[in-house]
Amino acid sequence: MLKNNPYADVRSRIGRPMFIPFAVVGDPDPRRSPDVIRTLIEHGADALELGFPFSDPPADGPVIQQADLRALRAGTKIDDCFRILGEVRKLTDVPLGILVYYNLVLQRGADRFYRDCADCGVTSVLVADLPLEHAQEVLPAAQRHNVAPVFMASELTSAERFEQIAAVADGYLYVVSYLGVTGVENSAVEEKMGRVLRAARQHVTLPLCVGFGIHTPRQVEAAVRAGADGVIVGSRIVRESPDLKKIAAVCDELRAAIIG
Amino acid sequence: MKSLGRFGKYGGCYVTELLIPALTAVEEAFLACKDDPAFNRELHRLLQDFAGRPTPLTEMKRLGGQWGCTLVLKREDLLHGGAHKTNNVIGQALLAERMGRKELIAETGAGQHGVATAMAGALFALPVKIFMGAADIKRQYPNVQRMELFGAEVIPITAGSQTLKDAINEAMRYWTAHSKEAYYVFGTVAGPHPFPTLVAHFQSVIGTEARAQCLEKFGRLPHTVCACVGGGSNAIGTFRAFLADSEVQLVGVEAAGEGLDSGKHGAALNQGRPGSLHGAYSRCLQDEDGQIREAHSISAGLDYPGVGPEHSQLRDSGRARYVAATDDEALAALLLLTKQEGIIPALEPAHALAAAQKLALSLAQNDILLITLSGRGDKDLGEVFSWLENHAQK
Ligand SMILES: Cc1ncc(COP(=O)(O)O)c(C=O)c1O
Repeated sequence: MLKNNPYADVRSRIGRPMFIPFAVVGDPDPRRSPDVIRTLIEHGADALELGFPFSDPPADGPVIQQADLRALRAGTKIDDCFRILGEVRKLTDVPLGILVYYNLVLQRGADRFYRDCADCGVTSVLVADLPLEHAQEVLPAAQRHNVAPVFMASELTSAERFEQIAAVADGYLYVVSYLGVTGVENSAVEEKMGRVLRAARQHVTLPLCVGFGIHTPRQVEAAVRAGADGVIVGSRIVRESPDLKKIAAVCDELRAAIIG
Repeated sequence: MKSLGRFGKYGGCYVTELLIPALTAVEEAFLACKDDPAFNRELHRLLQDFAGRPTPLTEMKRLGGQWGCTLVLKREDLLHGGAHKTNNVIGQALLAERMGRKELIAETGAGQHGVATAMAGALFALPVKIFMGAADIKRQYPNVQRMELFGAEVIPITAGSQTLKDAINEAMRYWTAHSKEAYYVFGTVAGPHPFPTLVAHFQSVIGTEARAQCLEKFGRLPHTVCACVGGGSNAIGTFRAFLADSEVQLVGVEAAGEGLDSGKHGAALNQGRPGSLHGAYSRCLQDEDGQIREAHSISAGLDYPGVGPEHSQLRDSGRARYVAATDDEALAALLLLTKQEGIIPALEPAHALAAAQKLALSLAQNDILLITLSGRGDKDLGEVFSWLENHAQK
């Protein structure tokens, strides 16, 4: 466990669910990417979720995949991603979460990857394609460098598996609001969310952050009513990238839906 | 899960948490069925009466004479559907039926796996969705028409390289969202556990038959066994029966595309490094960061930057050797077999033929060279004619 949990700290300090916008690091290119992320910070991010671009992201929908490819075509390397993270850390002290695919961790070497994360002030890492079965391949490195390992859960997660996740997870639990992939519209069903959140709550004390397919203020409100501690918004924001004005407007609208 | 499907250090199940329940259910069904007599009776009946097994082992007298060896082909081109893919699909469709799934989905490259799945959908009265790269749809159009005729919905993928790897990404996405109703019929021995194990199991009928046919016809085992490697299912299906025969040389043939030095090829075992792609830890084509490189091959079925984990293990252990053949070599081999033996092979096994011609140089007339002819070439006529046209111009 982290000595303290920045996500839990923020959650209790602000006394309402966290607004957690997402961006792809290096999108649209390494030079302009910090501006996109700065816009998220300036428009009310309580925490940030940042994805490393990957050539083959099966857990993401078409919008985020396109942003990944845009970043890669613009020449974004993993070294650039860490450099950008370092710059972001200077702008803000909100919790900084990374979403990454395992091959990028593997090729850098897990120890080096997590050390670089720690050096940039990264709070947590979610490896999208590393289920519990393989978690031991990164957990020692995460622990060594004091980076919180984040895991996912969904309506399919059994009680037994929730217990196993609770034993190793830190930072927050990524609760998938809708079974499917990111960016499917009008899919977050309040009742379903409520059920998953209640199930999660029985086993996990970490903040429960809902993500996948959150696009509209109504969905954000539904997540809040269902008891989420945080709402992660990905495709809806990435779709507007790199138009900073539009990104700002989406952030303002969705954040307002949390604050009520 | 009961296991992580390791082949040495390779294999595993590197997928999102959300797919674990679906894969666990497939593993459970597979373990329950694979030694179940009733399941196997039904599988055997379908393979025999519907698909036409056993396929013949045919001696190529003329080519063998020219090459100076005893050349035999395992004729998966004669299997119903036109390629070895039918073996795997019938097995998995039976599993899906046992699991009570309501829909079959599949990725396809050359379209052979898509055709086989569409065919099984018709046979088992299950709706089918096929995910196929837009580039592959263009170059394998006859297969798209066959799929649609069987009643399948073919979904074009315009992301990325618009080939097999992108089709797999999209099929995984769809499955993540629909894993309770849909069964994902994975087409090769790559992907997350349990697919490499399960597909190899259903394809191993190729080698089991070929080994017995060889002993019956010639009274001895082959000197060398050769098969093309895309994801690697026809090759593993052939090799498995010979793994314990240490004197039999096993040779897999990858796509060298425009040449191994050109950067435009599909030779994951020759030129790739270990990495995780599509759920498996295996060799794959990637840059230093771990971004997956696009593969290239004239043959859509070999145009894949990864390879099944069991092949990575066989390569490292030295039990199998992996070579590569270029686009031009494969086309020349396709024409050779067509004109000399009256068989039009698919472009994929034409790579194996091309490499085998070189292997034959070191064989004696009595040495048996067994090549798996994984499919027939009707689907490739468009590619062949445009290649011939280009060459006439040069
Ligand atoms: C005729 C034929 N051979 C070979 C392959 C390559 O697949 P694998 O390496 O899994 O046998 C394909 C794939 O589509 C094919 O259609």
